[in-house]
Amino acid sequence: MYSEIVMDHFRNPRNAGRIEDADGIGQVGNPKCGDIMKIYLKIKDDIIEDVKFETFGCGSAIASSSIATEMIKGKSINEAVEISNKAVVEALGGLPPVKIHCSVLAEQAVKSALYDYAQKTNKVIKGLENYKPEDDEIHCQH
Amino acid sequence: MSRKLYLDNAATTRTKKEVIDEMMQYFDVLYGNPSSQLYELGRKSKEAIEKARKTLADFLNADEKEIYFTAGGTESDNWALKGVAFANLNKGKNHIITTKIEHHAILHTCEYLEKFGIETTYLDVDRYGLIDLDQLKESIRPETMLISVMFANNEIGTIQPIEEIGEIAKEHGILFHVDAVQALGSVRIDVNKLHIDLMSMSAHKLGGPKGIGGMYIRKGTRIDNFIHGGGQERGRRAGTEGVQNIVGFGKAVEIAARNFDNRIERLTGLRNRLIEGIKNNIPDVVLNGHPTRRLANNVNFSFKYVEGESILLLLDMEGIAASSGSACTSGSLDPSHVLLATGLDHGTAHGSIRFTLSEEIKEEDIDYTVETMKKIIAKLRAMSPIKNDEDLKKN
Ligand SMILES: Cc1ncc(COP(=O)(O)O)c(C=O)c1O
Repeated sequence: MYSEIVMDHFRNPRNAGRIEDADGIGQVGNPKCGDIMKIYLKIKDDIIEDVKFETFGCGSAIASSSIATEMIKGKSINEAVEISNKAVVEALGGLPPVKIHCSVLAEQAVKSALYDYAQKTNKVIKGLENYKPEDDEIHCQH
Repeated sequence: MSRKLYLDNAATTRTKKEVIDEMMQYFDVLYGNPSSQLYELGRKSKEAIEKARKTLADFLNADEKEIYFTAGGTESDNWALKGVAFANLNKGKNHIITTKIEHHAILHTCEYLEKFGIETTYLDVDRYGLIDLDQLKESIRPETMLISVMFANNEIGTIQPIEEIGEIAKEHGILFHVDAVQALGSVRIDVNKLHIDLMSMSAHKLGGPKGIGGMYIRKGTRIDNFIHGGGQERGRRAGTEGVQNIVGFGKAVEIAARNFDNRIERLTGLRNRLIEGIKNNIPDVVLNGHPTRRLANNVNFSFKYVEGESILLLLDMEGIAASSGSACTSGSLDPSHVLLATGLDHGTAHGSIRFTLSEEIKEEDIDYTVETMKKIIAKLRAMSPIKNDEDLKKN
């Protein structure tokens, strides 16, 4: 059902945990739908120095969070904001159709954390000018 | 680690060796068509079917003429509901009472029957999964033709007060159907004592082959035939009989009857060991279903702050097969309708795991399962953004 890469990230999640003094935190999803992703960012000179995630959800939700953190670690905030759910799916070697929403959630969690950073630092991140986290809430799209 | 533990016996069971041995000759030695009565090969097949029918009838305290073979529990449920509904069409009887926690074979059939003007009342259940007999009585209308309540629930194992329901149905002259797919072989069933008119059964839940089941139909019950064709099953369920499957079903029931009390007592002990083990070793868990009125092999827990599919994947890596009521595993938007009906919030329902035991399981397997669950839940909780019940209730 899942690709080898998904299973690898599920089994050995990269960057699981939290950052106590994070510069940006984003949380998307809700327990009703059965997935929540929370991303913590440590940013210095607009570079993502560290990133951690906490996820409540199925195997593909955990794998999507894990790979998304790998994809943005060490990147600039402008690069990170470009991460799309499609890129997450590709990096995972594909996801079953009913699990695509997990990759969407991962993209949104990253954006939401970057938005939080932008709000706190009064910065404008290209691509997030008109971003409103509440618009990004998906409602149980399994 | 090469341990393999199959703890999903409510989904299906291993076909027993004795059952397979009994079935084999009906493929290539005694392969006659039971309708071919003019030669021995045909008669032998017919005899085999009738022997299985008698085994079942004796087991249920029924008459042989009241037992029909079908292709399984789903077909029997379909037959019971559609057969009674169609027999009552245009006779002023258009109401069925069932429960919110039935198998989809019942629920989806009731939905389908709406097309024919049949209305269904779905009874609530309490937090343990038990129906309320007063609500049942209040739901009865002059148009009510059928009460259909499952004997034991496939997810949470709760056993309903079948005898009391049967008495109410009888008092009101309403037919009583029981989906006994999970109960057969686990709970003693006397169709007369319990006032059951129709009952669905399936072989693969008690060590028999898949794709074969049965229906008990009390003599004199008004019900339409279901599969139209030849004269098999006294014209009520046509089609050349799956003789080897019927033989296997009969054998499985014979084995279940043989050692009933000891087997159930041992399973209950293992079940309680698993329940206690999980309760005492893992914090923030909820036992789903009734503490005592439950199937001897059923354990169902919600593990708060984590999701069921990820638990199942980690269990699989440790060689344990189980199941979950989370949306991720049901392939729908919502977690199990059964868990929601017991009043569980969505978040907690997503973290449910069902273990269903078999006679093959030993005490050390139970302890291994508890240890494994302890590790898995700790690992997933360390990764979870939900830390308490307040987080769980958001949205
Ligand atoms: C309560 C209940 N009813 C009906 C069925 C359907 O039985 P079968 O698999 O034989 O169609 C099942 C099995 O999943 C069940 O647990």
